[in-house]
Amino acid sequence: MENESKIRVDHLTKKFGDLLVLDDISFEVKQGEFVCVVGPTGCGKTTFLNLLTRIYQPSSGELYIDGIPADPKKHNISFAFQEPSAMPWLTVSQNLEFGMKIKKIPPEERAKRIDRLLKLLGMEDVRDAYPRQLSVSAEQRVIIGRAFSTYPDLLLMDEPYGQMDVKMRFYLEDEVLKLWKEFNSTVIFITHNIEEAVYLAERVLVLSNKPAKIKENIKIDLPRPRDISSEQFIALRRHITDSIKWW
Amino acid sequence: MEHGNKVRVSVRNVTKVFKDKNRERPVLDNISFDIYDNEFLVLLGPGRCGKSVLLNIISGLMPATSGSITFDGKDVEAPDPEFGMVFQRTGLLPWLTVMDNVRFGPSMRNVDKSEQYSKAQYYIDMVGLTGFEKHYPYQLSGGMKQRVGIARAYANSPKVLIMDEPFGALDAQTRYNMENEVLSFAEKEKRSILFVTNNIEEALLLGDRIILLTACPASIKAIYDIPFKKPRDTMDQDFLELRKVISENTDLAL
Repeated sequence: MENESKIRVDHLTKKFGDLLVLDDISFEVKQGEFVCVVGPTGCGKTTFLNLLTRIYQPSSGELYIDGIPADPKKHNISFAFQEPSAMPWLTVSQNLEFGMKIKKIPPEERAKRIDRLLKLLGMEDVRDAYPRQLSVSAEQRVIIGRAFSTYPDLLLMDEPYGQMDVKMRFYLEDEVLKLWKEFNSTVIFITHNIEEAVYLAERVLVLSNKPAKIKENIKIDLPRPRDISSEQFIALRRHITDSIKWW
Repeated sequence: MEHGNKVRVSVRNVTKVFKDKNRERPVLDNISFDIYDNEFLVLLGPGRCGKSVLLNIISGLMPATSGSITFDGKDVEAPDPEFGMVFQRTGLLPWLTVMDNVRFGPSMRNVDKSEQYSKAQYYIDMVGLTGFEKHYPYQLSGGMKQRVGIARAYANSPKVLIMDEPFGALDAQTRYNMENEVLSFAEKEKRSILFVTNNIEEALLLGDRIILLTACPASIKAIYDIPFKKPRDTMDQDFLELRKVISENTDLAL
């Protein structure tokens, strides 16, 4: 399976009435790859995501997972939003279990994965806490863990660390990389933050202004853990910043 | 930078304790610092460390448990119009147009009508909202609403401008854009500015000095003089280096 394309986005186009939002987007993502998508504000990133999750239907084009048109009933598509979205009436461990229950994963296996996730997140001591007893960042970490728990075919993240400060962001970014490696998930991660994209991704897709097209497809070939102040890192960051600059 | 060390606002030994029925919650612990004339001073601290409480005390909206605030040598004991405020949640009046929101302060002080309008127009132009005078807040984007809030604060001609995490709710690019604009406003309209944020990058981009607060109860952990010329480059090596130093000195509240 390694190196074969897991996800294939094929001439994806979306119009709302006469308004063309996404214009003929095609790309592939390999099994286990971490791809970041960046683009100017209002370029259609959210529409793009909603097409991938199947919340919207494309005007033309298709999204394939393992060669079959993506179907939430057949495929495991996970999603982590910008806003913390833990179920307030469920504890941390019940939140982690939620998706697995829907996917009818057997109870013993669910328990095993919950333990593994809690351990990875260092949250064993709050397994029975409710979201309101946690900080916003801790709640967001539960969501991210939940997104990985079903071993998704495709994990979509929409700026999950949007409003967090650098220190917290670095901590969480390292954590998401750890989860990604551990679970060998295929991730598409949308962000406004170019430093974050260069830190996380194996590949960065740069979208153009509306109607969004793929402007650039940049391989990030830096060793991990990445040094954010290295020359190559900053050169990439500058290049991408200039590529989407609108101010 | 060019504050010439003239002190405008003096914060001395400010402590704040909130009292519930049967317990006391200390929020501010013995905070002292000065705000110099025309300086851009940033208060940086982790979330919920008491930054807004401190602002409310400085602007006279809330009494301190102990300690004092003086402004141009006089004690601050009540809200003072010499302090202009810009809030994260903007606090625009939804039933007023952009123009009427911006001239609201002058109109409350019975400033001459034509002056109200000319002043408001000047600051509406400055923040780049020319043409939106008759729009209502609901018709504006988050960044535009913040611009109205900034114009409204300037229209009161405050001596000290207090900005409480004004860009916390904006996306990264809009935020970066607004930060640059605030710098250009500060350049054009000299004021002492006290800017509160939990974002290290933002603090470094804007501040002449940065006061770093600890987690709750807040006390002063460090004060940094920022030597870089403005506008600053977030990818400059020295900038990244100082960001790292401050980041390592910041309390991480998981």
